[in-house]
Amino acid sequence: MSILVNKHTRVVTQGITGKTGQFHTRACREYADGKNCFVAGVNPKKAGEDFEGVPIFASVRQAREKTGVNASVVYVPPAGAAAAIWEAVEADLDLVICITEGIPVRDMLDVRDRMRKEHRRTVLLGPNCPGVITPDEIKIGIMPGHIHRKGRIGVVSRSGTLTYEAVAQLTELGLGQSTAVGIGGDPVNGLKHVDILKLFNDDPDTDAVVMIGEIGGTDEETAAEWAKRHMKKPVVGFIAGVTAPPGKRMGHAGAIISGGKGTAQEKLAVMEACGIRTTKNPSEIGRLLKSVL
Amino acid sequence: MKIHEYQGKEILKRYGVPVPRGVACFSLDEVTAAADKLGGPVWVVKAQIHAGGRGKGGGVKLARSKDEVRAHASSILGMQLVTHQTGPQGQKVRRLLIEEGADISKELYVGMVVDRATQRVCLMASSEGGMDIEEVAAHTPERIHKVFVDPARGLVDAEADDVAVKIGVPAASVPQARAVLQGLYKAFWETDASLAEINPLILTGDGRVVALDAKMNFDSNALFRHPEIMELRDLDEEDPAEVEASKFDLSYIQLDGNIGCLVNGAGLAMATMDTIKLFGGEPANFLDVGGGATTEKVTEAFKLMLRSPKLRAILVNIFGGIMRCDVIAEGVVAASKAVGLKVPLVVRMKGTNEALGKQILADSGLPIISADTMAEAAERVVAAAKG
Repeated sequence: MSILVNKHTRVVTQGITGKTGQFHTRACREYADGKNCFVAGVNPKKAGEDFEGVPIFASVRQAREKTGVNASVVYVPPAGAAAAIWEAVEADLDLVICITEGIPVRDMLDVRDRMRKEHRRTVLLGPNCPGVITPDEIKIGIMPGHIHRKGRIGVVSRSGTLTYEAVAQLTELGLGQSTAVGIGGDPVNGLKHVDILKLFNDDPDTDAVVMIGEIGGTDEETAAEWAKRHMKKPVVGFIAGVTAPPGKRMGHAGAIISGGKGTAQEKLAVMEACGIRTTKNPSEIGRLLKSVL
Repeated sequence: MKIHEYQGKEILKRYGVPVPRGVACFSLDEVTAAADKLGGPVWVVKAQIHAGGRGKGGGVKLARSKDEVRAHASSILGMQLVTHQTGPQGQKVRRLLIEEGADISKELYVGMVVDRATQRVCLMASSEGGMDIEEVAAHTPERIHKVFVDPARGLVDAEADDVAVKIGVPAASVPQARAVLQGLYKAFWETDASLAEINPLILTGDGRVVALDAKMNFDSNALFRHPEIMELRDLDEEDPAEVEASKFDLSYIQLDGNIGCLVNGAGLAMATMDTIKLFGGEPANFLDVGGGATTEKVTEAFKLMLRSPKLRAILVNIFGGIMRCDVIAEGVVAASKAVGLKVPLVVRMKGTNEALGKQILADSGLPIISADTMAEAAERVVAAAKG
C-alpha cells in the first residue's frame, strides 16, 4: 500500500508539449511502472498527435474517456495553470497535482472556492510542489527518482530539495519510503500537512512519518494538534527558517513571517508540545526518525 | 511589490475611497506650488518611503503656514529616515506627499490580507486606529473584527455595515464607511493585492470617512496582468543587490552576517542558513539559484555576495537531483575563476554524479573545501570565516 498514488494510477499530463512537461513526462515514464502509468497528454491545439507514443487529447475529459486516467499532473505556465486545475476537477479525476510555480494567489482563491462550493471530490496537491512518489511504483512530478527506496516511512514537506535531502538521508540509513509527498510552497494550496498525516495514519504500510515545514502560515501547527489527538505512529519534524527575518519572503510565496505569526520557533514549540520530536539540525532528520522506530 | 502611500491613495480614489487632496513632490521646488494649490490653513508634509512607522521616525509633520511647509519639506526630503521597519541605516527620502490637513475626530483601522486557513480575503477592522495594529492584535484581539469574504459575492452591504458599526462608525456615516470598505475590497481583488491597509481611516468632525494613509502590496506573480501597477515600482526603495539578483532570476535577500550561501531550492536554502547559525555562524544572505545552477548564474551569485564588505566565506550547498553534480562543479570552478574568488569556499554537493563532481573540484587547483553533509559544511565554513 501507499498513499495517493500507486502503480495502478493512470496519469494525464497537462502541458505535455512544453519543455518542462516533456522533460519530466519522459523521466516519469522511465521510472518503475511509468510506461504503463503515464497514458495521456492534453493540448487542445495538438489533439490527435502524440508525445513519444503518449496520445495527446484536446481536453482532460476526452483523455479520461479514451484512456481511463484518474489523475493529472499540471505543468501549464502560471497564467493558465488555475484553469488547467479546474479542467481536471471538472473532469472528475481523483487527484490533480500542480507542479507550476508562480500562479497568482487570486486565481487559486477562485479555483479553491469553486471546488468547495460545488462539493467536488477531486483532491488537489500543490501548486508549486515537486509532486508525489511511491518508490518502485510511480513517480509523478520533478523529484529525482533514484534517491528513493521502497519502504515504510512516509515523508511530507512544503519544499523540494529539502525533501530530497531528507529522503536521501533515510535511504542511506536503509529506511525506505512508503510515499513521499511535496505539498508545495504557496500560501493557497490543496492538501496540507494535516491531510497527508491522516492518510499516512490510515496506511497499513507506513510505520512513521517525517514532516518538514517552513516559516509562514499555521499548517504545521494544525497538523501537530491533530497528530496529538489521533496519530498512532511516530512523527518527527524539521522547520526551515529559524534564521529568517520577519517581513522578508524567503523564496516561496508562502514562506514569510508576517504579523508576528509563522515563526519557526513557534512551530517547533507547538510540534514538541504535541509529541512530535524535532531537530534544529537538518542533517539529523534521518537519524532522528530512526531513533523513534 | 510595494508602492508608496500617494500611489496607493490614487488607486483607492479610483475605487471610490475618499482621500485628502494631496500633491506628490520629488523636489523642493515643487513644494511651494503644491502648498499654493492645496490652500490652507493646515498642511501635512509626509515622507514617502516604503517602510512603515514614518510618523514616529520624524517623517510626517504638520505645517500651519507655507513657510512651515517649505521648512519641513527641506528637512525631510533627503533625510535618512529611520523607522522600526527600515533597519538602523534608515531609508533616504526622495519623495514627499503634501496634503491638506484633516479634522480628525476618530481614528480607525482597516486592513486586508489573504487568509491561508480559510483561503479567502480577510477584512480586519478595529476602532483602535492610528496605533501599531500588531500591538492591538497581541493584547486586545477582541478589538479586531474580521470578515472572510466570499470571492464569488464580494463584500456585501450587510457585512460592511456590520463591521462599520462594530468599529464605532456612527449610524449617519455607515453608508460612507460601507463605500470605503467595499471600495477597498474591490481594489484589493482587482489589482491582485497581497496587502491593503488604511491606518488610520478617520471620521472627520463633520462625519465624513476618509483614508488618511494607504499601504498596498501586490502579488508579484500577478504583475504580468497589471502593467499600470508595474509602472509604480520604485527601485530606489529596494535593496540594490536584490534588484540585481532578480535580473538573473535569483531569489536573493541580504542579511547581516558574514557567511554567504548559495543553495538550490528555497527550503534547503533556509535550512542551510539555519545550520550555519546552529554552528555559531551568521548567514550573509538567502540565495536560491533555482533549478539551473549554470556557470552564469553561479558567477552572478558570487558577485552579489562579494558586494558585502563583511563577507568572510561562502558555502555552496546543492542537491543535485535532476541537475548533475559534475555540471554544478564545473559551474562553481568557472565562476570562482571568473570573479577571482579570494574568500574561502566550502562546497557540499549531494546527488547524481556526486563523486565526479567532487573530483572536478579537487582537480581544479582551487582551494575549495569539500564537505559531505550540511552539518559538516556548516562547521567548516564557520571555521573558515573565523580563520
